[in-house]
Amino acid sequence: MTRTRRRRLLLVGGLFVGLAAAVALSLSAFSQNLMYFHQPSQIVAGKVPLNTRFRIGGLVKRGSVQRGRGLTVRFSIADCKASVPVLFKGTLPDLFRPGQGVIAYGKLNSKGQFIADSVLAKHDQNYMSPAVAKELKTKQGNSCMPANLQASR
Amino acid sequence: MIPELGHLALVLALCLALVQAILPVYGFVRSRPDYLGVAAPAAVGQFVMLGLSFCSLAYAFYANDFSVAYVAENSNTQLPWFYRIAAVWGAHEGSLLLWMMLLSTWSVAVAFASRSLPRDVSSCVLAVMGSISSGFLIFTLFTSNPFARVFPAPAQGRDLNPLLQDPGMVFHPPMLYMGYVGFCVAFAFAITALITGRVDSAWTRWTRPWTLAAWMFLTTGITLGSWWAYNELGWGGWWFWDPVENASFMPWLVGTALIHSLAVTEKRGIFKSWTVLLAITAFSLCLLGTFLVRSGVLISVHAFVTNPTRGIYILSFFGVVVGSSLVLYAVRAPRFEAGTEPVEVLSREGLLLLNNIFLVVAAAAVLIGTLYPILAAGLGLGRISVGPPYFDKVFVPLTAPLVVLIGAASVMAWKRTRPQTLRSRLWLPLLLAIIVGVLLPWVTLGTWGVAAVAGCVLGSWAIVSALEDVVRRVRGSRLMLPRQIMGQTLAHVGVGVFVIGVSLVSAFGSERDVRMAPGQSVVFAGYNFTFHGVEEQKGPNYTSQTGEFTVAHNGRVISHLHPAKRHYVESDALMTESGIDDGVFRDLYLSLGEPLADKAWSVRIYYRPFVRWIWAGGFLAALGGLLALSDKRYWRRQKVRHSARVRASTQTVDA
Repeated sequence: MTRTRRRRLLLVGGLFVGLAAAVALSLSAFSQNLMYFHQPSQIVAGKVPLNTRFRIGGLVKRGSVQRGRGLTVRFSIADCKASVPVLFKGTLPDLFRPGQGVIAYGKLNSKGQFIADSVLAKHDQNYMSPAVAKELKTKQGNSCMPANLQASR
Repeated sequence: MIPELGHLALVLALCLALVQAILPVYGFVRSRPDYLGVAAPAAVGQFVMLGLSFCSLAYAFYANDFSVAYVAENSNTQLPWFYRIAAVWGAHEGSLLLWMMLLSTWSVAVAFASRSLPRDVSSCVLAVMGSISSGFLIFTLFTSNPFARVFPAPAQGRDLNPLLQDPGMVFHPPMLYMGYVGFCVAFAFAITALITGRVDSAWTRWTRPWTLAAWMFLTTGITLGSWWAYNELGWGGWWFWDPVENASFMPWLVGTALIHSLAVTEKRGIFKSWTVLLAITAFSLCLLGTFLVRSGVLISVHAFVTNPTRGIYILSFFGVVVGSSLVLYAVRAPRFEAGTEPVEVLSREGLLLLNNIFLVVAAAAVLIGTLYPILAAGLGLGRISVGPPYFDKVFVPLTAPLVVLIGAASVMAWKRTRPQTLRSRLWLPLLLAIIVGVLLPWVTLGTWGVAAVAGCVLGSWAIVSALEDVVRRVRGSRLMLPRQIMGQTLAHVGVGVFVIGVSLVSAFGSERDVRMAPGQSVVFAGYNFTFHGVEEQKGPNYTSQTGEFTVAHNGRVISHLHPAKRHYVESDALMTESGIDDGVFRDLYLSLGEPLADKAWSVRIYYRPFVRWIWAGGFLAALGGLLALSDKRYWRRQKVRHSARVRASTQTVDA
């Protein structure tokens, strides 16, 4: 084997190892960081595992927002059929209001409460995330959708 | 009346774009120079028409003409005039108009600057740009006409999205679009190369300045966008791996690879097919970005459209452009002569090859993370999101080696470099980088951490090794350096500054949510924050609850901050305005949460060390691009050619 050939083989081998490392790295990072989206009725039905991080989306149930001492907030996220109590400590986004569509990130505890580590509301109040909008559709139409959103759709 | 003129101008622009796209092709096939010559005047005409159209829309905004639906939805009489003008590109229809306006600006620039090119090349380039432009004009005219009227006209508009009412918004989209669209020039040159079958050093010399210009605008646009997000979103972050951010970042990665690969093709005559493929990919990613943002498949700050027809049109346009150019590539690229010599690992071309591999793989990783949730939703695999941790985990290991490579950039010679040269020139920069990297966090912030030091060493390595080259050259020849070299150095220094900023802000940045009543103080990150209460204020189109805070350090008041909660009256939207005390080594960032009982507020305090370095790095890199662009070699040659041509034509007259 000549010197250039050996060097080229080394180069190709090196590239291959690098590529394999990159693929392995991205696949593992990928599988660890995929987050599923679940809706309140799925959670109430017990279809969602405990202690895994996921997203929940729905409307903030009217009259459910309670402030505790400090920055703790309790509220419920609801879809057409069910609602899930949420516990959050921190600053809520600007567009967080009862009746608004929100998405929360966090885990479910054994008492069936959702412990949120962050809460997002949409930036434009006339706009609703397609994921939330889809689940609010019932067979009759958009019955649970707030009136201002029904108009824009 | 004026909006109708604008609409008419848009229709005429479409006609001219079709002329610009079709006639030169006919001329090319039939070898008819008169048809080839149509391209440049058509491009100028299209530019004039689009300019007219753009000005009509801007006037409609300025004059509060709410009978135009687009104006009524995105403006308001209370809006200050500069935001009314910026509102032209505040939503879907107008930003498309801006896109096309900028595309025709590039076309005109190409038409004027490429007088020294062979007529068939310049006409072919313009024809490709004309066909892209026609695609977008058809899309705008048939699915998103910005001049559509509403009757009866509403008395008041719905106001511009409050998020966009920020000075950054005035400049961020035009810069970003200039970059996006600029890659169309490189794409057009690549297609021309495939058609004519010529990729020589002359071709790369024509293509390089255009690519560099596009890259510079894209860099500026992305940096401005990040800065805007930091100031305006109130989350204290500078990059969120939001799909729309990724949409602009992928073309940037591939464009950066393209700049480097063009250098190899020019100097060594190799990597020809690769360079052409990169040019096609960069522009395809720009189109993909436009598709992602405009089709409503994404949930994001920027995604304002949810209209399936538009999505389907853009997707099929994307398919046609990318598909046909890849087919052309598959047929014609094998004809380019490949280099016969093998590429040495220890040579500048070997180094740039590695650079290209890392950049392209990084772009692919971002692409997967961005598209996978969309594909999964489309295939019914569940609604999934890929979070920032994925991008951080994949992206950092892929880009850190790139920064290591930067250090060797100036030392490595073409063809072959001896290891001894590398060793003898790089040990001092390496030593300096380690010293600076270890000392920097300790001296400026008084803390220390493995990841932070590693990042600082990496960043200083890029800076010091780039400067070593300058020092050596200046000492050696005492001449002014060529601007291209200075540009390269500046861009690499910018990368170093950026890396230092990123590693320190992610290692030591911290935040805290607190409940504060008037008169109360909180100590955070060594600073004492005192809340003095909230006061009601009135802006042009909003009311604001402005907090009064003082920040003290070592018993001395260093800053008064006024974070605010704005309520935009017309759109009934709340916006957080952050209060920022900026500094070279740290930012203190306050944002008001919500009012609690007893006049107390929830307040979020952020400590962001070295965050300014991130944008400083971005702007330095863009400035480096500008400097390289101003290099004489790109301009002198054309003048010589031009005068040569003039001489040639006078000679024929004499004869």
